[in-house]
Amino acid sequence: MKVTIDGISLDVPQGTTILQAARMIGPEVAPPTMCYYSKLKTSGGYCRTCIVKVTKGSNQNPNPIPKPVASCRTEVLDGMEVQNVTSSEVLEARKGVVEFLLINHPLDCPVCDQAGECHLQDLGYGHGAASSRYEFKRREYEMIDIGPHIKLHMNRCILCYRCVKTAEQITNGRVHGVMHRGDAAEISTYIEQALENDFSGNVIDVCPVGALTDKTYRFKQRVWFTKPMDAHRNCKTCSGQVRLWLKGEQVVRVTRAKMPGMKWSPLFAIHADLIIKKHRIGLLKVPLKFNGIRLYHKTITST
Amino acid sequence: MATTLLLKHIAVPGIKSLDVYRNMGGYASVEKALRTLTPNQVTEEVKKSGLRGRGGAGFPTGMKWGFLAKPEGVPRYLVCNADESEPGTFKDRYLMEHIPHALIEGMITSSYALGARKSYIYIRGEYFYVSRILQHAIDEAYAAGWLGENILGSGFSHDCYVQVGAGAYICGEETALLESLEGKRGNPRIKPPFPAVAGLWGCPTVVNNVETIAAVCPIITMGGEAYSKIGIGKSTGTKLISASGHINKPGVYEIELGLPVEEFIFSDAYCGGIRNGRKLKAVVAGGSSVPILPAELILKTAQGEPRLMSYESLAEGGFQTGTMLGSGGFIVMDDQTSIVKNLLTFARFYHHESCGQCSPCREGTGWMEKLISKFLSGTAHESDVDLLWDIQSKIEGKTICPLGEAAAWPVAAAIRHFKSEFLELARNKSYVEINHYKRLQPVS
Repeated sequence: MKVTIDGISLDVPQGTTILQAARMIGPEVAPPTMCYYSKLKTSGGYCRTCIVKVTKGSNQNPNPIPKPVASCRTEVLDGMEVQNVTSSEVLEARKGVVEFLLINHPLDCPVCDQAGECHLQDLGYGHGAASSRYEFKRREYEMIDIGPHIKLHMNRCILCYRCVKTAEQITNGRVHGVMHRGDAAEISTYIEQALENDFSGNVIDVCPVGALTDKTYRFKQRVWFTKPMDAHRNCKTCSGQVRLWLKGEQVVRVTRAKMPGMKWSPLFAIHADLIIKKHRIGLLKVPLKFNGIRLYHKTITST
Repeated sequence: MATTLLLKHIAVPGIKSLDVYRNMGGYASVEKALRTLTPNQVTEEVKKSGLRGRGGAGFPTGMKWGFLAKPEGVPRYLVCNADESEPGTFKDRYLMEHIPHALIEGMITSSYALGARKSYIYIRGEYFYVSRILQHAIDEAYAAGWLGENILGSGFSHDCYVQVGAGAYICGEETALLESLEGKRGNPRIKPPFPAVAGLWGCPTVVNNVETIAAVCPIITMGGEAYSKIGIGKSTGTKLISASGHINKPGVYEIELGLPVEEFIFSDAYCGGIRNGRKLKAVVAGGSSVPILPAELILKTAQGEPRLMSYESLAEGGFQTGTMLGSGGFIVMDDQTSIVKNLLTFARFYHHESCGQCSPCREGTGWMEKLISKFLSGTAHESDVDLLWDIQSKIEGKTICPLGEAAAWPVAAAIRHFKSEFLELARNKSYVEINHYKRLQPVS
């Protein structure tokens, strides 16, 4: 199937979304995303930052789609023509979306653990305005523990549903979800339930903002002062692909490793790059020459 | 004499019960369809009639039925959207409350055309007492053999269920309705796939408004051809209009499409003029989400032709000088109405009812409400009008479902036609009393 994005054409297999096609071309035409997570089914479509304009529907039906579409949830059709960065309308609309995402965000990056690896920060720098036009009180919530190792800071949440879908599709038994409606909607656990499932820690890694943070790492270090190192630990439950974040010789944080091109064994196909709680907690403060860890790369320079 | 089809027997005592309804010629369409027509012929009749969806969008019903995917071995469903929540619209409640069998009859006939073994009536939570009336009517229909196995010996079996929602406006959006019907959180789905391909429990589904389904009965009884002769142009048949506001006779009226708006407002047969001898200021013609029009534009189009109650005539001039027929919630305002105050009521509603799934609607509706309340509390600046305009333009068309548009259109139209009122409030810093409303103060 031939698709043209911002004047660049390429052939993609059937079922590819506009976003995936744009990412194949390269980062200069790929729209930014907040709520889309490639490993999840039915993910995306909510944040509206990836909206693009379809100027030609397909060869069979060349009419343009009147409204901008979410590129992460729209599959390409043969002969489709899409405008992203070349359309001022799309850029203007995206600016609006970024503004909406930020009006109730506390903008507390200086004290936020996610700062430095926050998608919303990147998005704000790339597409946001320098100052806010919002002059009302911002939404505020109490911070809560939604599990023994997870802190929920709802003020920062952009309701991308990524943690909800991760819990639903990957862990056995989802105990948290979105409560209430509209701008009162919030992530919460079911009454007296906590996220203590083995895989539940992964919701921290999929959170694009600082809403879900790792309690073992809160306020310990700024991300840019730590060095990431990918490692492997033999594990019967998960992939065992971990990323150790080092401060000197000490492991201060453990997350899942994002290693593109890594071949997963079929046993862990669904869990892909997710890791279980044992590693998240257990690898902290262990000496680096621990037997169970096999190092892949010495260091990764940038994150 | 104006044609009435749906509310023809509204004045008959006991029309709520099956016996009286049957004596008045009820269930004739089921008899005719099941005994003499094939399902495709029923669909053809509906196509011929030119019936358009009465829920608001005005999409041709026959065409919608034609889109229904019919794979082998997969059940199909008909879902009736009785989640009538648009402020200013109460026609479906009136119909279901007084002539429940008209809906049940339409459900059976339509399901026969679509080949649906089961159908659901999704009714909003606030209409709980209406759901009991409907359930009673369904029980009567089962007892008389109009529902159940092998209806009229035709081999067609059908079950109809009433499901009460919890009272969310968003569940009137068809995909959110299906989610809610499935027992999930009522969030709209991302389309495609459309319900005609994957709807209720992933099966092909048709979702129709109450009035649309009820209108199928007269179409089958009198024939599609005859029905298409009622009305004007592509707006065929009759339409229930819920008239409210500053008029002498608010209520539900059945009009033949093509009736002049002026006649509808001022004739004694309908609204009976503006109450207390005041002047007409503005009209919201089709439920709160359609653009408001000032008196001169609602009575006459920009070209100076009289405006008619029809899909085309009301939409003439686009959104610059026109509006929409929508769901038929006709709200009339007299010359003492504050458009900004009215707009705040609408904006508060959409803020409250936004599902919170996509960001422009979740954040934007609340922002708009706060900005409008600024005008009324005397803290607004003139530049806030431009900001409000900018916010609405960034919501419209950027959302998953049409609630974003429904929230943005009234704001856009109020600024378009009544900008001077906003500016006046901003200049005078006047304080308008808002009842039962927590004032939102900007943080300095």
